[in-house]
Amino acid sequence: MTSPEPLIQMLEVGKHFGTFQALKGINLNVSKGERIVVCGPSGSGKSTMIRCINRLEKHDQGRIIIDGIELTDDLKDLNAVRREVGMVFQSFNLFPHMTILNNLMLAQKLVRKTPKAEARDVAMHYLERVKIPEQAGKYPIQLSGGQQQRVAIARALCMKPEVMLFDEPTSALDPEMINEVLEVMVDLARDGMTMICVTHEMGFARSVADRVIFMDTGEIVEEAEPETFFNAPRNERTKLFLSQILKH
Amino acid sequence: MSFDLSLIAEALPKMLVGIGLTFQLLILSAILGLILAIGLMLMRISGKWYLSWPAQVYIYVFRGTPILVQIFIVYYGFPQLDFIRDSFLWPIFRDPFGCAIVALTLNTGAYVSEILRGGVLGVDRGVLEAGEALGLSKPQRFIYLTTPIATRLALPAYGNDIISLLKSTALASTITLMDMTGIARTIVAQTYAPYEIFISLAIIYMILTFFIQKLLARIERYLGRYAEREG
Repeated sequence: MTSPEPLIQMLEVGKHFGTFQALKGINLNVSKGERIVVCGPSGSGKSTMIRCINRLEKHDQGRIIIDGIELTDDLKDLNAVRREVGMVFQSFNLFPHMTILNNLMLAQKLVRKTPKAEARDVAMHYLERVKIPEQAGKYPIQLSGGQQQRVAIARALCMKPEVMLFDEPTSALDPEMINEVLEVMVDLARDGMTMICVTHEMGFARSVADRVIFMDTGEIVEEAEPETFFNAPRNERTKLFLSQILKH
Repeated sequence: MSFDLSLIAEALPKMLVGIGLTFQLLILSAILGLILAIGLMLMRISGKWYLSWPAQVYIYVFRGTPILVQIFIVYYGFPQLDFIRDSFLWPIFRDPFGCAIVALTLNTGAYVSEILRGGVLGVDRGVLEAGEALGLSKPQRFIYLTTPIATRLALPAYGNDIISLLKSTALASTITLMDMTGIARTIVAQTYAPYEIFISLAIIYMILTFFIQKLLARIERYLGRYAEREG
């Protein structure tokens, strides 16, 4: 099962928005089953980095290779990659005009060409897994933020991805709903899902991450196991950042 | 002056004979105009200058000129052109009904295309990104995400245009059509009682508007059922 080469390879990846350089010389390898937490101040490029992995943003320097497929303008390759990479957004981004069940079935039917009955079973399976099967017939707006985010996770899982990307999945949530989402993520990690999470939930990082990456001004500044990262950060910027977010 | 109620009682049934024609004008030009508007809107958002530019010019011309003038140009102007007289389109332009449909369609199409574009631009980018991340192709995102959401967003403004179109159909009476307004004008010419006749005509239009409003509200509620918190 384990392939000799990493599932995700980023080689000297750069990205510009106009003249602003959002990413500079990013090198990152992620192996199958690895759990990475990415943190850093806002504007540091962490979201841009994971958005490049499923090409919601196009990198303009370097190479990104996912499971042996290099990300280029080739649509066929891109679709192959997107099927393998699930993504969860800060603002949930559920399809507002569809019921929860249809949110989970749409891409299965259109992209995976799964027959309707099977897609429905898969959808219900993952709704059970995120513990809200009873909401299947409702519309997104009728759910709480935490429930919506769990649905969004289930929707991505329905595509049976190899990797899950999380872009600040708890930042838009009320405090009392953060845990229910983190629990689902911890559960996922326990099952061996390869995950890259942009998050400031340091408790999650400590307990789940194999590696923590700290980014600032578009660069990876520090990369270490959580133990080392939190107790003995080497870089000054990392120290400053940690002191700011762990102060309270 | 006196207000002659018996005159109204006499005129009302006569004017209502024209309601069929009014509806034909409204429904045909609304449907054809919507098709035109979808085409124009797709050209406008295509991102290709050779499609978007002609659409913008078209919209500018038809929003920039009075619809009455447009009706006159189609009715009095087109038949003077030899290539139209010689083409398969001649049966349409020879007939005042055809001319009215063409002019109303061309006009409403320009307005509605901008209404639809507003709806499309109002669709949350994040929702489309989620579709993209799930592997939906661009056409799939447009059909399954953009279209239903944009339709809901555009509906109130679109309803406004339909009601406005109902009133525009009255202009067809200027090119000899006997819609409700056409009949009213004939009756006025015979009775010299513009006050009674036109007020009753106005009331008929108001009643029609009332029913169109009700219908639109119902469609809005149906399409917007997902936006209500109570299931």
